[in-house]
Amino acid sequence: MANPKRKISRSKRDMRRANWFSSMKPSQLITCDNCGEKKLPHRACPSCGYYQGKNIFIPKNA
Amino acid sequence: MRHRKKGNHLSRTSSHKTALMRNLAAQVIEHKEIKTTHAKAKELRGYVERLITYGKKGTVHHRRLAFKFLQDKQAVNSLFEEVAPSFENRNGGYTRIIKLGNRKGDNAPISLFQLVGFEKISDKAAAKAEKDKKKVAKKEKAAKETETKAQESAAEEPATQAEPEAPAEEKEAEKEDEEKKED
Ligand SMILES: [Zn+2]
Repeated sequence: MANPKRKISRSKRDMRRANWFSSMKPSQLITCDNCGEKKLPHRACPSCGYYQGKNIFIPKNA
Repeated sequence: MRHRKKGNHLSRTSSHKTALMRNLAAQVIEHKEIKTTHAKAKELRGYVERLITYGKKGTVHHRRLAFKFLQDKQAVNSLFEEVAPSFENRNGGYTRIIKLGNRKGDNAPISLFQLVGFEKISDKAAAKAEKDKKKVAKKEKAAKETETKAQESAAEEPATQAEPEAPAEEKEAEKEDEEKKED
């Protein structure tokens, strides 16, 4: 069976994990044209229900 | 190899997927817009567009083809008599998919699947606007009554007062809107 020749040192292991963590980025937010709240791009605004100037749905607590 | 294998099986057997697409298509024709997962919406698009093309052709043969898929007489009738005629001047692109965000529970991306021209929310928004107008009108009436009482005491002309009244009311309406947005 194929096996690793050497134990991976703590340093190597942590370097790998640090790299993975730094690649985790927060999602990019844009401001809604209608209400000015922050929202995810290419989605209807959850706070006002508008997308591209059109009312898509009426939010529950409006 | 997946050469030329289009489409998404949606983790279902072939018959299960067909049944799902039938149900969703019939629901779209009945309700004009449905909320579903983004993957299902994208898969459904092709089926619904094809059905609307059948509806535009409008022959008995195409009616039978549509029934073969939908297995729902009411849906076929509404497709041929209500939905398809409204797309007379549109060559394809009868549907619209709008992303709404992720579902609570399983974090699945949810989309709104609409028939173009059958958007429901404009009606709802209009109804809401009318309600708001009525509320504003009531407030105006109340305000005028108090003003007229004041006028009777002061004996001033109503025409001169009516003009500066309007912008103040508009400001009130704007304030209300802002408050709603903040909610
Ligand atoms: Zn908004």
